[in-house]
Amino acid sequence: MVARVRGGTSPAPDQSPPPPLQAGEGKSIVPPPPAGEGGEGAGRAITGGWLALVAQYVAFPAAVLAFWQVCAQIGFIRRSVLPAPTDVALVWYDLVTGATGAAARYSGTWFDHAAASVWRVFAGFTWGGALGILAGLIIGLSRLMERVLDPTIQVLRNIPVTAWVPLSLVFFGIGNAPAVFLIGLGAFFPAAVNTTHGVRQISVTLTKAARMMGANQRELLIRVILPGALPSIMTGVRLSMGIAWVLVVVAEILAVRSGLGYLLNDAYLFYRNDVVIAAMLSIGILGFISDRIVVAVRDRLLEWNRLETFSGQN
Amino acid sequence: MARISLSRLGKTFASRHGSVTALAGINLDIADQQFIAIVGASGCGKSTLLNLLAGFDTATSGEIIVDGAPVCGPGPDRGVVFQQTALFPWLSVEENIAFGLRLRANRHKGSPETVVERMLQRTGLAAFRSRRPAELSGGMRQRAAIASVLAINPSTLLMDEPFAALDALTRSIMQDFLLEVWEEERKTALLVTHDIDEAIYLADRTVVMTAHPGQVREVIEVDLPRPRRYEMRSEKPFIALRDRVTGIVREEAIKGAMEIAA
Repeated sequence: MVARVRGGTSPAPDQSPPPPLQAGEGKSIVPPPPAGEGGEGAGRAITGGWLALVAQYVAFPAAVLAFWQVCAQIGFIRRSVLPAPTDVALVWYDLVTGATGAAARYSGTWFDHAAASVWRVFAGFTWGGALGILAGLIIGLSRLMERVLDPTIQVLRNIPVTAWVPLSLVFFGIGNAPAVFLIGLGAFFPAAVNTTHGVRQISVTLTKAARMMGANQRELLIRVILPGALPSIMTGVRLSMGIAWVLVVVAEILAVRSGLGYLLNDAYLFYRNDVVIAAMLSIGILGFISDRIVVAVRDRLLEWNRLETFSGQN
Repeated sequence: MARISLSRLGKTFASRHGSVTALAGINLDIADQQFIAIVGASGCGKSTLLNLLAGFDTATSGEIIVDGAPVCGPGPDRGVVFQQTALFPWLSVEENIAFGLRLRANRHKGSPETVVERMLQRTGLAAFRSRRPAELSGGMRQRAAIASVLAINPSTLLMDEPFAALDALTRSIMQDFLLEVWEEERKTALLVTHDIDEAIYLADRTVVMTAHPGQVREVIEVDLPRPRRYEMRSEKPFIALRDRVTGIVREEAIKGAMEIAA
């Protein structure tokens, strides 16, 4: 048995493995972004021009709507139980504009409800997400703080946020306060956990290199830890945003008399399933828009990360 | 007079199966502007030695004196080139080279821009200045990493198997590149490698280490003239040195393997 004293001469692949800098496990939580413009080779290979592109986006939702319309039309399910897409569209139009009165007592109230929900999501997401990132950084940076804080966070994380509803109502009463509290609580955990993960998967070679070049603790944090953890932080922020929209509905059903969740629940009590569905779709669309905003911010900040990670095939 | 002096240096790691002595009683003096290569079978503690010199780890016994002061922590006077390229993936080549300069802009004569420009020219990366590390080949990446270290103008250059991840052809090109840079800048250099040809081709002295615990077995003077040329590698004096070093390293490696088996 002889050691490979000249082991270096065996040809190794020219590409050394890319440093393990990307979000790692974080990537498995959220699927990679669709191969959009900007990624290497993306966008170019879609065949058939813009019409085909539009068709690719529209085909599936159109099929779902058509199927739903047919089901409602043939009377398979009663119209008042499952209104047709056209019924929902008409009532939605009145919800927004107040022009036809189709939504009766809800006519023209959409913007007020939507604004109330958006505000609550924004407020809760902001405090919960910011505090979560801060806690994640502290735990990620310090083994001591990990021992002090992490067990508590892990236990609390496993309590469904909905279980906090009774206590938060007792503490904060009816109104915005319990809603913003619950949303923030829900937004806190994904941000905290993913930030910790992001800090802990930064390559030790990079932190060593920065220290060698003379970086102090503050410079190490700002120039290495934060950018290195950013892919994972953004994954956490995205999950936080998703949870915020779940909890805003829970909070509005239970704690306040405004918002899309309240509208949905109130319409249910008055047996207006068309309004219920319009409210559901409104929540879906607003949630989708806020997710797109987070993704756009992420892609802007993390253009470099797309070079290192798989972005899907065309 | 020695610029770097290691005396009775020892390092013991505590592990689950008891303590492991990685280094024991290392004595080594390195003169200013000298190029030292450290070779030895894997596990002989050569990377540990470099980590101690860089200040990433502390010795359990003995001491390291650099420029008259004991080493306590990493610093820009000792630039380190790592085996896994230490480039920040979110920065362009240019920004990576400027990284250390931006931290300590006042240490330098001349603006960071001039230094970065000179480094880009010297490493042949000028055309790739705005590329991200992921867009470079392995060789170009390591060249950018070397440039970013040279940019902070360290008096000592520490290299931990810097070309081990490269293919044979790229590695040989990188060795010539390193020679050229070193012969121009004449920094005190310490190269850890398992490639004996590389050690002899680049160094003034080659230190052969034994394993378990890591000790200096022999220091071999490489009395080949400088500037070194690639053709020297197939000439008699080079081959004689290589055979001698290989013989010692093999002997130690076999001894190490027998100990493990026993």
